[in-house]
Amino acid sequence: MRPVNAANEVGAQIAKALSQVPDPEIPAVSIVELGIVREIGLKDGLSWVSITPTYTGCPATDVIRQNVRVALDQAGLEAVEIRTVLTPPWSTEMITLEGREKLLRYGIAPPEPASGQAACPRCGSRNTMEISRFGSTPCKALWQCIECREPFDRFKCH
Amino acid sequence: MDNSLFCSLVQLGDDCLVLGQRLCEWCGRAPTIEVDLSLSNLALDMIGQATLLLDYAGEVEGSGRNADRLAFHRDAEQFRNALLVEQPNGDFARTIVRHFLYATYAEALFEQLSHSRDDRLAEIAAKTVKELRYHAEYSADWIVRLGDGTADSRSRILDGLEWHWRFIDDLFHDDESWIDCAERGIVPLRQALRTDFEQAVGAVLAKAGLVMPEKVRGVEGGRGGRHSEHLSMMLAIMQVLPRAHPAATW
Repeated sequence: MRPVNAANEVGAQIAKALSQVPDPEIPAVSIVELGIVREIGLKDGLSWVSITPTYTGCPATDVIRQNVRVALDQAGLEAVEIRTVLTPPWSTEMITLEGREKLLRYGIAPPEPASGQAACPRCGSRNTMEISRFGSTPCKALWQCIECREPFDRFKCH
Repeated sequence: MDNSLFCSLVQLGDDCLVLGQRLCEWCGRAPTIEVDLSLSNLALDMIGQATLLLDYAGEVEGSGRNADRLAFHRDAEQFRNALLVEQPNGDFARTIVRHFLYATYAEALFEQLSHSRDDRLAEIAAKTVKELRYHAEYSADWIVRLGDGTADSRSRILDGLEWHWRFIDDLFHDDESWIDCAERGIVPLRQALRTDFEQAVGAVLAKAGLVMPEKVRGVEGGRGGRHSEHLSMMLAIMQVLPRAHPAATW
């Protein structure tokens, strides 16, 4: 996110409201931590928030939009417009450090572009294997730890 | 209206829509839950891609049609998808071969489209190509696993290849609208991608211990709206609800 005018009072209010919107499929992390919020903009008295879909067909996208609307309305920010942008395309690099830690604590191996072998979120072992390239949601793959035998979700890297 | 751009976007969008719908037919029927989830995930990506492309096509057309309108209120002969993507699912191997051929083609195509002179199309393609990489890898993994598997799995992959190979000419067909867009730097010529496609397919087949199918007499017509009877059967199921209740919203 580029909090262009976060120093501005309205920008700060918007940022605060957005930070409290959880991802509908992974409620442990907020949409800000997942990198879905792209920009908070203020210009000529207009204010807007731009959000970006993680995957083109992600069924959570519409829900996120609705939840952002509700959060903004509840914070008294009814005039803030919600825009959807595709560029630059969302990538797992946009997940914040804090977001990655929360994913791990939630039992989902966060994306690590440098490593082909995911670390088990339960026991930390890297003796793991991919069961399926596609998991319970478009953003995750299904893995299993060979040490502790637990299956786990891994955030796909892209 | 820019008719060539509209037609080209419909071709791209229809491929995604029709193949996405075909994959949805596996939901709840796949051999294992992992495969069920995978095929549903592929379907979801493709429906998302179709929505972006057909919404844009509707805007270019400028007569108020959006992706839903284009998806649910056109008859088979108005669809511009390649014949490959409308082929019935068959067994799991046949589905995998169909997806492997499409994804290998589409990954190269959308990679090029991400440099399109049309900014909106470039934007959609840049998003799409990241998903297609997973589709190509996923289906290639299965080609190797089944092709290099048991005698039964191998013969099923070979059957799938034999079934689908006749539709490759059609997949790479450049019609007038497409050529016009290619001359304007909006799309690459599909023919120009074919050598790379055949090399990529050949490399995966080699890993599976299989050889490229012989050249066959191709069946063409998809881009011109001349489809097999399979498409109208599929659309009948896909479209029945929105056509019966045209004013309904989700």
